[in-house]
Amino acid sequence: MSTQLQRSEQETDESPQEQRLERKSLTEGEREAQRTEEESTGDETPRAHLKVFRYDPEVEAKREPRFDDFHVPAPQGTTVLDALMYARDEFDSTLTFRHSCRQAVCGSDALFINGSQRLGCQTQIQDLDQRPVRVEPLPHQEVEKDLVVDMEHFYDQMEAVEPYFQGETPDEEEQLQSRENREKVKMSTRCIWCGACQSSCNIAAGDNEYLGPAAINKAYRFAMDEREDDDIKQHRMNILEQEHGVWRCQTQFSCTEVCPKDIPLTEHIQEMKREAVKDNLKFW
Amino acid sequence: MHEHDVIVVGAGGAGLRAAVAANEEGADVALVSKLHPVRSHTGAAEGGINAVLRDGDSFESHAEDTMKGSDYLGDAPAIETLCHQSPKETVQLEHWGMAFSRDDDGRMSQRPFGGLSFPRTTYAGAETGHHLLHTMYEQVVKRGITVYDEWYVSRLAVTDHAEPEDRECHGVVAYDVQTGEVDAFKARNGVILATGGPGQVYDHTTNAVANTGDGPAMAYRAGVPLEDMEFIQFHPTTLPSTGVLITEGVRGEGGILYNAEGERFMFEGGYAKNVGELASRDVVARAELTEINAGRGFEDDYVHLDMRHLGEERITDRLENIIHLSEDFEGVNPLEDPMRVKPGQHYAMGGIEVSENGETCINGLYAAGECACVSVHGSNRLGGNALPELIVFGARAGRHAAGKEMETAEIETGPSASIGSGDVDTPVSPGAIDTSEDGVAADGGRAGDDPATDGGAVVGMDETVERALDEEQARIEHLLEKDDGVQHADIRSKLQESMTENVNVFRNEEGLKQALRDIREAREAYQDVYVNDPSRTFNTDLQHTIETRNLIDLAEAITLSALARTEFRGAHWREEHQDRDDENWIKHTMLAWNEGSPDLYYAPVILDGEDKSYEPKERHY
Ligand SMILES: Cc1cc2nc3c(=O)[nH]c(=O)nc-3n(C[C@H](O)[C@H](O)[C@H](O)COP(=O)(O)OP(=O)(O)OC[C@H]3O[C@@H](n4cnc5c(N)ncnc54)[C@H](O)[C@@H]3O)c2cc1C
Ligand code: SF4
Ligand code: FES
Repeated sequence: MSTQLQRSEQETDESPQEQRLERKSLTEGEREAQRTEEESTGDETPRAHLKVFRYDPEVEAKREPRFDDFHVPAPQGTTVLDALMYARDEFDSTLTFRHSCRQAVCGSDALFINGSQRLGCQTQIQDLDQRPVRVEPLPHQEVEKDLVVDMEHFYDQMEAVEPYFQGETPDEEEQLQSRENREKVKMSTRCIWCGACQSSCNIAAGDNEYLGPAAINKAYRFAMDEREDDDIKQHRMNILEQEHGVWRCQTQFSCTEVCPKDIPLTEHIQEMKREAVKDNLKFW
Repeated sequence: MHEHDVIVVGAGGAGLRAAVAANEEGADVALVSKLHPVRSHTGAAEGGINAVLRDGDSFESHAEDTMKGSDYLGDAPAIETLCHQSPKETVQLEHWGMAFSRDDDGRMSQRPFGGLSFPRTTYAGAETGHHLLHTMYEQVVKRGITVYDEWYVSRLAVTDHAEPEDRECHGVVAYDVQTGEVDAFKARNGVILATGGPGQVYDHTTNAVANTGDGPAMAYRAGVPLEDMEFIQFHPTTLPSTGVLITEGVRGEGGILYNAEGERFMFEGGYAKNVGELASRDVVARAELTEINAGRGFEDDYVHLDMRHLGEERITDRLENIIHLSEDFEGVNPLEDPMRVKPGQHYAMGGIEVSENGETCINGLYAAGECACVSVHGSNRLGGNALPELIVFGARAGRHAAGKEMETAEIETGPSASIGSGDVDTPVSPGAIDTSEDGVAADGGRAGDDPATDGGAVVGMDETVERALDEEQARIEHLLEKDDGVQHADIRSKLQESMTENVNVFRNEEGLKQALRDIREAREAYQDVYVNDPSRTFNTDLQHTIETRNLIDLAEAITLSALARTEFRGAHWREEHQDRDDENWIKHTMLAWNEGSPDLYYAPVILDGEDKSYEPKERHY
């Protein structure tokens, strides 16, 4: 299993808190009952079988990672996120995952669904071939609980490229930007910080300091924007050319494949490599 | 305990803009947000930002459109401020690098929107909000502003003075979603609420799951009146299955609405003889539902919105995001087939009563963005007027909270600004349930035997914050320790269904009363609520349980205000009252919690601006 679990087991002295945790933890028997109840609802709505990753370092019964089965109604149009919400609201309110917008813009529900990184809200159950549908947290990130992973490292990488416009703002008027230039950066501006690309990248998995596809794309977004001047671009290239920058990318395309916003990430990284080469040629 | 000059609660467009403004004033500012900032719902806004930027357009025209759109329930001074300051704020966003769409000459593109007499909606594809949110967050990162992300604010620390106008807000209590740790955030200067819309009061909504109205509910219970809560906007074009929004930009660019008989009903049905699809949202939403109710909808549920004639190139250039939304969430490719649409809850025109500087009647407590009511939208918001509100009034609230020591609002807010109290006949008693016998209450109400209150009224800064922290810890303990009872999801779904059934586009007295009964039932059930998940780590069960309490209070405020307003204005349609009644109803509905027994009263609408006075006219589109 690719999910990393780095949490250590907690001590088990019987504090009142601990006793309470045990009392409220679901026992195996209760979970079984829940499954039976699910299956016995005899209406005609098609149902989907989900296998969902569960883990909570704090709760006795969930300290050992496991998969829980949920059988939820899945009429046409049901997304994986809808199914998870149904499972949580109807069967097990302890099931934990991030989500908010339900429309692929907040980037909070990137998950590992049937072995690839996708947004739960953007994935129609009927479009998935494999049954049961396996839902896991994003690989290569520390699991906090169930489907929730620690995003801090991803945010740090994003912030390492100075992700803010550094142009001059001369007067009260808007700056001009050509349609062509806006078109050039357009795809790069779509990133919703979901972390799917980072999670899919073998290099990022092996090298914790590698900036990663999302951060390089963010740097591209500004470096290619004609409203920033050459000095700033040079500064951005310096960040990208460092040891753990663009040269780490081995063009495996996994980031591009999983990006829910169809950002041509590998292409953008390659373009930054070409810029870096041009940059170095200047000194010869 | 954390301590800063200014604490901004919420990191959407309004919160981020407020934080940057406070930072520019030299304040030590912190953002506390239950979501990481880039997850905020501002990111979902599609259509654009209204700003006067071109020759041929004018502030006066923007102000008049807004006043008319509001159905003369907006306050002229606030509307004029919005119109005067949005160009500067919009250009400021451009200077911060926002990726606006561009015309051939390199300037920011603008397009027509409903209810506007000039195409002044400045946009970035059909994902303007995404670009705005990210641009603002980038500025926060650039300035190194402290962000506490995934911290859920659940209580305001407000003093005990008898009159709300004498109270002071000294901070907030929040818990770290990741660890469950409950902590206080002391604000030396002020707290700004920027918690966004309350769309989750309804079950068919364009709003995110996180939009639970926490800010208005907390402010209301602390003594700040809620203003014009009956005015809920239903957007005419949402996908029937999920409520995902199809931007008004589609109609702006020339998209056409058809009923099942193939009629272009906005014109042919006489709903808006002059502008058809480009009438304002309330008009179009009612037209669609009238068609559907008359049996001319598809599957009794929706109508068609067709943009195929615009051509693939234009659609891809300006509305590309819509192709993805319609395909991903409804399975319809809008280049090949018309989209299915129906009205859905979208926006709250009402909210926390504030002055143009974001001040509430409680000293040191400010609000901005959708959770606030500066009163620029009146009874119906024009599309493209919310994003400028975030940046204009977010910035003003930020500057104001940072620049001054706590002081009373310059513009009168709060119960003393009332022009007479209202009366409404309710089938059940609204407000809190008396829990004084039972010690700690599930709903976080202050129980009678609370040791913290024994020594008399709490009015000092530190003791106010400490008391709030103690109370919140007790409530959370109580919710976590209780072993069985009712779960929030049951209460919430019944509440949402009743609101959608009874307090929707079309309203009548019986339905509104039924909703009040259902809300009371929800409140009673809530007394027995419990959190099944015992864990402190990322306990969304706990968070949603606390949010559900907020939804109950807001649902009640919306319904009570709607029942009281016996006329038809803007988004508020009443079966028994089919006329706009200017004589009696050009006034703001105010609702004050008053320790759990809501008071209804009214405040004047200001029709005299600095530039001119606005004479109510009939609305024709
Ligand atoms: C789908 C959609 C499309 C729209 N399109 C347009 C458009 O084209 N043009 C336009 O002008 N308007 C549009 N609007 C309206 C506009 O986008 C919203 O009114 C606006 O974005 C709200 O911004 P906000 O900053 O007030 O709140 P939000 O962006 O919702 O941010 C709220 C913040 O508060 C935080 N928060 C909430 N509760 C708590 C709590 N208890 N503790 C801590 N933090 C909390 C959240 O984490 C979040 O950071 C649209 C709205 C929707 C829903
Ligand atoms: S580049 Fe794509 S996959 Fe990566 S974080 Fe951004 S949206 Fe997600
Ligand atoms: S819930 Fe926002 S991206 Fe899926």
